[in-house]
Amino acid sequence: MPTLKIRLRSALVAGTALLALTGAANADEQHFPLQSYRVGPYAAGGTGFFGGFIDYLNLINTRDGGVNGVKLTWSEGETQYEVERGVEVYERLKSRPGIAAWNPLSVGIAYAMIDRITKDKVPLITINHGRTDSTDGRVFPYVFPLLLNPYSETSGIVEYLASREGGLEKLKGKTIAVLFHGSPYGKETIPIYELLAKKYGFKVEQIEVPHPGNEQQSQWLTIRRLKPDYVVLRGWGVMNPVALKTAQKTGFPANRIVGNVWSNSEEDVIPAGEAAKGYVAITTQASGAEYPVLQEVTKTVYGAGTGNLADRKRIGSVYHNLGIVNGILNVEAVRAAQEKFGKRTLTGDEVRWGFEHLRLDEARVAALGAKGLFHSINVTCANHEGEGRVTFQQWDGAKWSVVSDWIAPDWATLRPIIEASSATYAKEHGLTPRDCAKEEAASQAPAVGQ
Amino acid sequence: MAATSAPLAKTVLRPSANAVGIALLLVLAYGIVPLVGTSYLYEAILTPFLALSLAALGLNLLTGYAGQLSLGSSAFMALGAYAAFNLSLRLPFLPLPVTIVLAGLVAATAGLAAGLPALRLRGFYLAVSTLAVQFFVGWVLNRFAWISNDSPSGVISAPPLVIAGLSFEDARGRYLFSLTVVALLTFLAWRLVTSPTGRSFVAVRDNETAARVIGVKVARTKLLAFALSSFVVGVAGVLWAFAYLRTVEPAGFNLDRSFQILFIVIIGGLGTLRGAFLGAGLIVVLPLLLSRFGAAVLGDGFDSGTLEMCQRIALGTLIVAFLIREPAGLAALLDRAVRCLRRAD
Amino acid sequence: MSPDLAFLVEVLVGGLLSGVMYALVAIGFVLIYKTSGVLNFAQGAMLLFAALTFVSLTERGVPFAGAFVATLGVMVLLGLTIERAVLRPLVNQPPITLFMATLGVAYVIEGAAQLAWGTQVHGLDLGIDDTPIDIAGVFVSRFDLFAAAVAGLMVAVLSLFFRYTRTGLAFRAVADDPLAALNTGLRLPRIWAAVWIASGIVALVAGLLWGARLGVQFSLSLVVLKALPVLVLGGFDSILGAIVAGLIVGAVEKLSEVYLGPFIGGGIEGWIAYVAALGFLLVRPSGLFGVRSVERV
Repeated sequence: MPTLKIRLRSALVAGTALLALTGAANADEQHFPLQSYRVGPYAAGGTGFFGGFIDYLNLINTRDGGVNGVKLTWSEGETQYEVERGVEVYERLKSRPGIAAWNPLSVGIAYAMIDRITKDKVPLITINHGRTDSTDGRVFPYVFPLLLNPYSETSGIVEYLASREGGLEKLKGKTIAVLFHGSPYGKETIPIYELLAKKYGFKVEQIEVPHPGNEQQSQWLTIRRLKPDYVVLRGWGVMNPVALKTAQKTGFPANRIVGNVWSNSEEDVIPAGEAAKGYVAITTQASGAEYPVLQEVTKTVYGAGTGNLADRKRIGSVYHNLGIVNGILNVEAVRAAQEKFGKRTLTGDEVRWGFEHLRLDEARVAALGAKGLFHSINVTCANHEGEGRVTFQQWDGAKWSVVSDWIAPDWATLRPIIEASSATYAKEHGLTPRDCAKEEAASQAPAVGQ
Repeated sequence: MAATSAPLAKTVLRPSANAVGIALLLVLAYGIVPLVGTSYLYEAILTPFLALSLAALGLNLLTGYAGQLSLGSSAFMALGAYAAFNLSLRLPFLPLPVTIVLAGLVAATAGLAAGLPALRLRGFYLAVSTLAVQFFVGWVLNRFAWISNDSPSGVISAPPLVIAGLSFEDARGRYLFSLTVVALLTFLAWRLVTSPTGRSFVAVRDNETAARVIGVKVARTKLLAFALSSFVVGVAGVLWAFAYLRTVEPAGFNLDRSFQILFIVIIGGLGTLRGAFLGAGLIVVLPLLLSRFGAAVLGDGFDSGTLEMCQRIALGTLIVAFLIREPAGLAALLDRAVRCLRRAD
Repeated sequence: MSPDLAFLVEVLVGGLLSGVMYALVAIGFVLIYKTSGVLNFAQGAMLLFAALTFVSLTERGVPFAGAFVATLGVMVLLGLTIERAVLRPLVNQPPITLFMATLGVAYVIEGAAQLAWGTQVHGLDLGIDDTPIDIAGVFVSRFDLFAAAVAGLMVAVLSLFFRYTRTGLAFRAVADDPLAALNTGLRLPRIWAAVWIASGIVALVAGLLWGARLGVQFSLSLVVLKALPVLVLGGFDSILGAIVAGLIVGAVEKLSEVYLGPFIGGGIEGWIAYVAALGFLLVRPSGLFGVRSVERV
């Protein structure tokens, strides 16, 4: 008897396993492996961003039953923002079926993945960050620095300062100090500030803060002597609140400090307390939970108790909203690819095509319930950034509020520098840039796989 | 000296047992693993394991054998990696093995300079002074843009691994490449520690005055230990950057990495070559096992952050418990286990 | 005062005041090193744990005094536990093993702190207005003055404690000569326990002051890196040395960043203190206040 029982049970197990297997093959699924970081020094950003991303995927699944019936799934691996852990998670999760795209939100991990994802033909999304020259999709077919790369960010900040002064020509003779994190990330925009300073006739002083940036007395004393009109904060982690505190200590007004995209979250200002009141920072997505898509996430996802944030108060925070926007862009890219390749599980390469045809104008953004949350995007084969607009938000001690229009960075000035850099990369790696016009013509041919 | 001659005598007396063990390991590593391994095994476990083992081996020469504590190992890894990158960029005609040796020499030169304070300082004073190296190197790599070939983001990607037309570009190739480098350097390190120079290292560690009395040139020995150790660590840095991550950025070679290497040496066993491998195995594999175990027990949907924190606590506890139970390291534990087995025979 | 001179004074004062903050962290190391020869790398984690516990309690509505006392209790318990569970079993092990053990302890504390209180960043307001005071054209931070006063008070209390109490005298006896102290019947474990408690309290004070400056978050544990050059310069075993070296390191760091930075490149603060301390030691191996010869040739 026992043997029979065991045999019966094992047959049953095998049967269900088979069922699950065929089930998985039938019910289409699109997978998002997540190299998240929920502990360590940057945990606050990680929980917000990945929380928002998961919340949006959850919303699509529960509200719409997936994208055209294709369920969205995800799995997480903790990286603590360390590159080698990111690589380990990549190797661990890359064999999961139906991977749509990777979204590491870490410059270091993204760099280590470029070779790997290019070989494996899966898109790598580096929203708001990443390698500037990967904007050139002709050389980096699988890398997408969506919405904003570091150069555009620089240009956006300068345009904003000009608007505060009353026009680009008013920048002449002004002094701008850039306080940057002592790392490759911090230094990346040095030449761009120099370039724009020359172009518009303002004076720029770039001052380095050594990592981690918990002491900035000397830098701010230098700033005090310099008496700049504005200080741009290109910070990271603990450097941001310390900068604001030290600014207060040396008598520099917070409303003349403008933060970059990694200095723009609640986590950057809350520790500075009173000193942060009036501080302004760039963003690609407004914060706040009043947008319809956030309302739906709150109602549908958190109402059902499946929300990803441990603290509901963080719904609508900067990183959470970045995660939501990232979710929208990923889902819409999958949708765009499905239009062409069919409503089924897509390969990474097909999703890449979707990202290269990710066109969300203001009307479409509004239809997605994100009017005012972000402006628009228009990704093409050659432009993987997608002409994202930026806006500026001011901290009032409790929340951020938008204080500018949507500003378009000066892409035309930046593009030649980007192309020169990507050409160097192509040469170093023996790559021939793609011919986008030819590919576009080919993809207009009758759809395949339907 | 008496204490150190005992293990040496043992190796001399029983060369066959050791040789058989090493031969078996090499057969496994070269013959069997490449046949059955998966890309995950190579990329996420074996290649980092080999690179870290080599770094720990290098540090062990300095700390375990010559008794000089260093907290700046990852700076030498960084120097090796960046030197190799620049050599292959600017002198592309050099064969890869030559590039690697030259990169190791660059690290060794820096190690020589870093060793100078050791002539006057000892213990934690020396350890903290090696931190100066750690932070200074990080600053230099960040300061001079030509070091990263003026790449705007400062992150550079490694050149392909090709020796004499033979490509080691896929995961298995990079594993075999690392394995060969590590095996060669381990053999050289073994020759070193069994040589008179190696014995003078140990003499300096055990008692400087006594070493001087028996004719060891203490200053020269210390500097030599720094240089040789930095050479090995520098080559480990090349493996880390070229074979494992395939990108180089200064942030990857931070203080945490230096501590990690020191952990490996201590846990593996100071003053033993196999300790570096045992320690690296534990430090690389244990966190993976813990996270797999956690995920298996608690399910995929469990909050990965909470899991990671439990893991951190578990890892810290294990380290402490281990230091209490087995201060001489895994190597000693292994020896005891082997002796028990022998007695059981 | 000419503007240049005023600026120099301002940099110097700023440096000295920052130096006090470094010394505050360094004292925690000194207390433990002096009696047990352990370089306690978990000091940073203890600092983080103290600040995080305090701020989490106040955010849950516990009044300042209550939170302070509760955190103090937690730190005392933590210090005792570390001493009992980790250091005592490791007695007579080489210093490097003890050092690694404290690194392990740091892992455990960091993990436990974040597990218990979450990974959120917090602001910590000690109620000190931090607008600068203008003294003859030189801006001085109120908060830094307050921190300096607290540090001074703490050193005074510690000095009094070591000079006039039995435990304090015993502590000094152990620091001077552990074997002789044992022979006279002093109970070492009890003194070790007292020292770990004291370093827990120092961690709390330093954690609150640094937490108010940086915000309470994971990076708080990195302030130990600022304390290490202070230790090298002042000696691992001298409280007075830590204070004086802290002042020197703070001043050197700021002056060189401001005046040397433009010539060799900015951001040198990360290592200049180490190099300065090292250079000083090479010239004068006995250090600032040293008669110590144990760890140096």
